[in-house]
Amino acid sequence: MEAYLDNSATTRCYEAVKDIVVKTMMEDYGNPSAMHLKGVQAENYVKEAARKIAKTLKVQEKDIYFTSGGTESDNWALIGTAMANQRRGKHIVTTVFEHAAVSAPVEWLEEQGFEITRIPVDEQGNLSLDELSAAIREDTILVSAMYVNNELGALLPVEEVGSLIKEKNPETLFHVDAIQAYGKYRIYPKKMKIDLLSVSSHKIHGPKGVGFLYIGDKVKIHPLILGGGQQKGMRSGTDNVPGIAGMGEAAKIIYEHLDENTAHMRELKEYFAGELEKLENVVINGPEPSKGAPHILNVSFPGVRSEVLLHALEDKGIYVSAGSACSSHKRTGSASLGAIGLSPERKESAVRFSFSEFTSREELDYTLESLRSLLPMLRRYARK
Amino acid sequence: MYKAFLIKYAEIAIKGKNRYIFEDALVDQIRYQLRNVEGTFKVVKEMGRIFVYPQGDFDYEEAVEAMKRVFGIYGICPAVVLEDQGFEQLSKDVADYVKKVYGEKSLTFKVNTRRNKKTYPMQSMEVSSELGSVILDACPNMKVDVHNPQVTVNVEIRNKIYLYSENIPGPGGMPLGTNGRAMLLLSGGIDSPVAGYMIAKRGVTIDAVYFHAPPYTSERAKQKVIDLAKLVSRYAGPIRLHIVNFTDIQLYIYDKCPHEELTIIMRRYMMKIAEEFAKKDDCLALVTGESIGQVASQTIHSLAATNEVCTMPVFRPLIGFDKQEIVDVALKIQTYETSILPYEDCCTIFVAKHPVTKPNIQVIKKSEERLQEKIEDMLKEAVETAETVLCEE
Repeated sequence: MEAYLDNSATTRCYEAVKDIVVKTMMEDYGNPSAMHLKGVQAENYVKEAARKIAKTLKVQEKDIYFTSGGTESDNWALIGTAMANQRRGKHIVTTVFEHAAVSAPVEWLEEQGFEITRIPVDEQGNLSLDELSAAIREDTILVSAMYVNNELGALLPVEEVGSLIKEKNPETLFHVDAIQAYGKYRIYPKKMKIDLLSVSSHKIHGPKGVGFLYIGDKVKIHPLILGGGQQKGMRSGTDNVPGIAGMGEAAKIIYEHLDENTAHMRELKEYFAGELEKLENVVINGPEPSKGAPHILNVSFPGVRSEVLLHALEDKGIYVSAGSACSSHKRTGSASLGAIGLSPERKESAVRFSFSEFTSREELDYTLESLRSLLPMLRRYARK
Repeated sequence: MYKAFLIKYAEIAIKGKNRYIFEDALVDQIRYQLRNVEGTFKVVKEMGRIFVYPQGDFDYEEAVEAMKRVFGIYGICPAVVLEDQGFEQLSKDVADYVKKVYGEKSLTFKVNTRRNKKTYPMQSMEVSSELGSVILDACPNMKVDVHNPQVTVNVEIRNKIYLYSENIPGPGGMPLGTNGRAMLLLSGGIDSPVAGYMIAKRGVTIDAVYFHAPPYTSERAKQKVIDLAKLVSRYAGPIRLHIVNFTDIQLYIYDKCPHEELTIIMRRYMMKIAEEFAKKDDCLALVTGESIGQVASQTIHSLAATNEVCTMPVFRPLIGFDKQEIVDVALKIQTYETSILPYEDCCTIFVAKHPVTKPNIQVIKKSEERLQEKIEDMLKEAVETAETVLCEE
């Protein structure tokens, strides 16, 4: 049996997504910038995708910009707005446990002379809203925070944060990394006062190598990629038509059954967490299973190195992700696990299980059964 | 311009009656290395020389790079091949050649002539001195120095005339396949691929064995070893890599033996298993990347303790190397980048915090007695269930 429990890393494509990707590769393969009919047909796929996505967010299609994925969207949102707004201020607020796609460009901006404030989180991964509010100043041009933490499933109270930012400084832009949240939550940028929103396609059963950045009406932002002037000159490069069409289709499908799918994942997660807690010496990291995102569960198995457990599960066809990188020479712990103050023992034994609408109860039972047999054996062998 | 490569192979030339074996092996290896190079090549033995003749268009850089990986080659001389159309024409061609290759440079030179075709109307010395003045006329910046020239212009008069002055160094060593076969203990580290390269350089064909310990080592670590074997095979030819699942043996040792002796005992069993494969593959020796004192398991005492289980000779070409010297070779043969990829094992579980550095063989043997019940069967199973991958680029 196979149990794929690494859906936060990537997901399997929907059948309908595959079909549209093949169609745009094999039949309607024109360059959307071309003047002829073949080009117009291809362009229609891009427009249609923007329409489908805009509908899920209740925004205008013209505010959706296609990128090569979540990382590019995050980089663009940060660097593009920092460059365009630096005369107004050079202060950026973010959190201590962002994904590297945010934290790395933030560090780069810091080297370029921007001042960065990183808001801490508590043991559950909750942001201190008081500290956030206190951090926003006259010269704060941007707040960037992730909606759902990719490792822990911790949730940002986006609407509250949005209001709080705009109350303190209406000029401050609000960027939300929604890569783990889109397709799990209804996200309405206008209502939530989000100015920029990053999304990746392959986390929502779409193809890899494509994503989008929603950019609100009044946001001043510089393009990062210059060239042929595609997408109103904001993001040059021939449109990735198969990717974009596939992502549009995936967005449409995932929001059609959002409530039942997230309820399904939530139920599985709570069941799985409940069963795990019956095992000896197992600790849930981050938010309580009933809170937090419906699809991410981070668990420590003290006494077992997470990489060893990962490979032992892999051998049984169970795919998970390790919370921390293990190597015999250096130990680079994960940012999120460190940020919530986990002990080294819990950090080194943390494993992330992540679900999708395709995940079944049988897969979880098989995983539980495997864990029950593996853990005692693995615990017997520890370094002395 | 170049129509041929003259291949120099100093060491082989002294091998007396066995010479043809080495030459034939060298010809085979040159053909093998050139097989994927753009172009077609004829490789021939001709009167004590090996020549490579490109047939029509070919990629010069690629061809030279490929030949630089052939053990046994000491020098690769790109040569111009001329028809014998009299001395006047030869003078013109030599002048053109020197102008083209050295241009306005100020260099000292001499001309060295070999006259295999004894019917040629001039004597070697005469040809050399005449061509010397031709070159002096053509390139006013060149000076003659017959004792220590910077450039030697070689003229070989055979049925055709060969003109060459460049000597691109080859790797040296002996042609592969002329010195039997050995079994390399290959890990994902920096040292063992270098050890394999060095033994192959002496003409030894290499097979390899890797100890895989899932779930303590990952699929990626295994893939890395396969990739390393492929990189070494660029020099050493196709390598049969035996991948042994070592987990059960490791756990059994962990359960039964003192923790600080785990590494030594493990290594002793690795050597035993490697020797089993060596026998199966008709190898006459084992090869390891050990260097004295590098880690606890490579102190002289530890080496003696692991060596003790082997009946075959164990070659340790890096034994006197410092780490940096090993790294330098790894960089040269381009295994370094792969070796340092961070798929380190989680095998640290099996490494004691304070391992013995001066193991006593009698004590170790005593500890191993505790494994009597199952170890022979386990070794047999490890050998029987190994997976063999042919690694070739």
